Amino acid sequence: MPGTLTDELEILHSGHGGGTDVPAGGDGDNSRGGLPAVPRRVYFTAVQLALAGIIMFFMALTSSFLVRKGLGNDWVSFDLPRILWANTLVLLASSVSIEMARGALSHGDRAGFRRYWALTTGLGFLFLAGQLVAWHQLAVQGVFLATNPSSSFFYLLTAAHGAHLLGGIISLLYVSFRPWERSRIDQPTAAALTSIYWHFMDGLWLFLFALLYLGR
Amino acid sequence: MVTHESGGHHHAPTGFIWKYVFSLDHKVIGIQYWFLALFSVFLGMALSLLMRFHLVWPSHHLPFVAGGIMTPDQYLALVTMHGSIMVFMVLTTAPQSGFGNFALPIQIGAEDMAFPVLNMMSFWITFVSLVVLGSAFFVTGGAPISGWTAYPTLSALGEITGPGEGLGQTMWVIGLAIFCIASLLGALNFISTTVDLRAKGMTFGRLPLTVWAWLITAVLGLLAFGVLLAACILLLMDRTLGTSFFIPGGLVVSDTPIVSHKGGSPLLWQHLFWFFGHPEVYIAILPGMGVASHLLSTFSRKPVFGYKAMVGAMGGIAFLGFCVWGHHMFVSGMSPYSAFAFSLLTMTIGVPSAIKTFNWLGTIWHGKIQFTTSMLFALGFVSLFVTGGLSGLFLAQPSLDLYLHDTYFVVAHFHLIMGVAAIFGIFAATFFWFPKMFGRMLNETLGKLHFWGTFIGVYSIFLPMHFLGIAGHPRRYADLTGLDYLGPLLPVQHFISIAAFITAGFQLIFLYNVFYSMFAGEKAPANPWNATTLEWSVPSPPPFDNFAGEIPVVYRGAYEFSVPGADEDFIPQHLTPEKVAGAH
Repeated sequence: MPGTLTDELEILHSGHGGGTDVPAGGDGDNSRGGLPAVPRRVYFTAVQLALAGIIMFFMALTSSFLVRKGLGNDWVSFDLPRILWANTLVLLASSVSIEMARGALSHGDRAGFRRYWALTTGLGFLFLAGQLVAWHQLAVQGVFLATNPSSSFFYLLTAAHGAHLLGGIISLLYVSFRPWERSRIDQPTAAALTSIYWHFMDGLWLFLFALLYLGR
Repeated sequence: MVTHESGGHHHAPTGFIWKYVFSLDHKVIGIQYWFLALFSVFLGMALSLLMRFHLVWPSHHLPFVAGGIMTPDQYLALVTMHGSIMVFMVLTTAPQSGFGNFALPIQIGAEDMAFPVLNMMSFWITFVSLVVLGSAFFVTGGAPISGWTAYPTLSALGEITGPGEGLGQTMWVIGLAIFCIASLLGALNFISTTVDLRAKGMTFGRLPLTVWAWLITAVLGLLAFGVLLAACILLLMDRTLGTSFFIPGGLVVSDTPIVSHKGGSPLLWQHLFWFFGHPEVYIAILPGMGVASHLLSTFSRKPVFGYKAMVGAMGGIAFLGFCVWGHHMFVSGMSPYSAFAFSLLTMTIGVPSAIKTFNWLGTIWHGKIQFTTSMLFALGFVSLFVTGGLSGLFLAQPSLDLYLHDTYFVVAHFHLIMGVAAIFGIFAATFFWFPKMFGRMLNETLGKLHFWGTFIGVYSIFLPMHFLGIAGHPRRYADLTGLDYLGPLLPVQHFISIAAFITAGFQLIFLYNVFYSMFAGEKAPANPWNATTLEWSVPSPPPFDNFAGEIPVVYRGAYEFSVPGADEDFIPQHLTPEKVAGAH
């Protein structure tokens, strides 16, 4: 299937020095000076680098979690809110719908693309709302940020993931509403980049959920 | 020049704001970083002079000090802010973001960084971070007193642990977190640009060593600053939201028991901080290594000795930089087995470092050396790198470090290798690229006067500190008069302070040279140094898009000096083989 993640990664790996595959456009004429044209693969490089930086950030938090839990006897387990399972399904569904949106775009089905892309955005918001509900349920039970290191990490990790996911939602909205004729990047490229980031946020959540569940 | 068309010729902005303030041009952004570092380095130096003055004349009244006579917490606030401003706002910004931004895109034959808007944001976020960090001086309680490493519990408990530990420490943590974001964005931009925007023919094997250094430094930044950001968030939560990541139970501060926190680990901060902090040392010094390699070759009119080994050594240093953070924590009570492993890995860094040093010597060996000011500073860099590096071998051994930890020996070590060596790299780069940055030459006579004053000065300041450390003189003590065993060392402290004032005086020559030459210096030709890399193929200063729409093609490596049979003793990277053949 053209336009899939695998395709994008192949583009990435066939990349070579030399600015020959320069896309059209990029000749902006506004008062701030247009941006110079760049090859399409540089966006994929940048997203992968951003993910490397994000991985290091979450690895630092993960190792802090493991060290802090291993320190002593003040770690108190609490039951994770059940709604997290539902939130997880919502996020997994959004990864499916974002691929369906890109599939539609690659077949020229604009209406289908818009429908599935909007669905993905909606599922993203639904996930964040679900996370807030989880926070609320914990607060009702009297489990707050400073109650215990276990709850501190729960709020911290869900908040850090939520903030990064919000970045993904902004990116989804950007792909929907950006006027592409003035841009140096085209919509399918932006959609591909967003989907890489979105799938990563999905996988990151599975990792963090497993950490919180097994490490509680 | 053989060229191929670039895809879209972009236009220069008009109006002061878009041209000089919120500029998207990498050259302007590089110069903005350079000015930010210039301001910060003089601020940081002023703080150090206040410290040096107080150490030897503790009862004298000082300007800028509330109450006239400095208190111990005011002294520690100066220690903290001097270190933080120098490490983050000078050593991290100027060598990488400053010169890297200015020169990297031109050297690889690109019109700009891959993401100019992101680049502009990196600078302005750095600027905000400097403002937030600097605001710590002016908030209630003043600047923090916990040093640039901000160890908890001192840094985590709030104003109960000292006047600067209230809002001042909070501003410090927020300022640093903002700096992390700026550095991450910058690192991402540097790597993307180098990987994907090289001109045709500019293979990785033909990259100038400066570009290699900036690329490897960016990788370090990308992997290290996220960890510091995480640590800053945890510390901020401990300070403001009542969590206990770093704060253990059972603490009593100033007779007040701390009951709101328990169970945390101050050592967790140290691990996170130094996992960032050690690579940070290489973030400061690697660009200087790139500049030194580049300049030693250019001004010896000889190719770099062992180009691939130089690249490999930088990669090796960067990789090992992530494996040695524990050597900052030998006195933390770690297992002797861990200490042994960290010690062994630390001393392994001596191998790539020695490769670089011997290759630098090999580069200038039998060269036709031109002692320009930038060459002198490059040679000075090598000297300081060796001197500072050798004391590292002592500190890398846990048994010796137990004694030397937190003494002036450590102050001497890291100032020489991380501080002054990196600053010499900055000076070398400034004298080398100033003509390209501003279109005018710096004055060489003033430059040489400044070099010799600074070179002799920094050795006079930092060499005696080794002896202080070996004699057991602790660092961060505000007042030396009350301790008998420090009395005999006071004359050495006097000597160091006077050397520091004189060396600072020599920096005014530099400042004068910079501002005089910027407006009234001799006009710079396109290639004043007969150098080979692409930035010297365009006018000084370069046009807005670097190559006036004609991206060059690269035919050779960056260090083709004194090629047998060639007419001139240098062959620029963009010269076609026909032109070279036709020349003789």
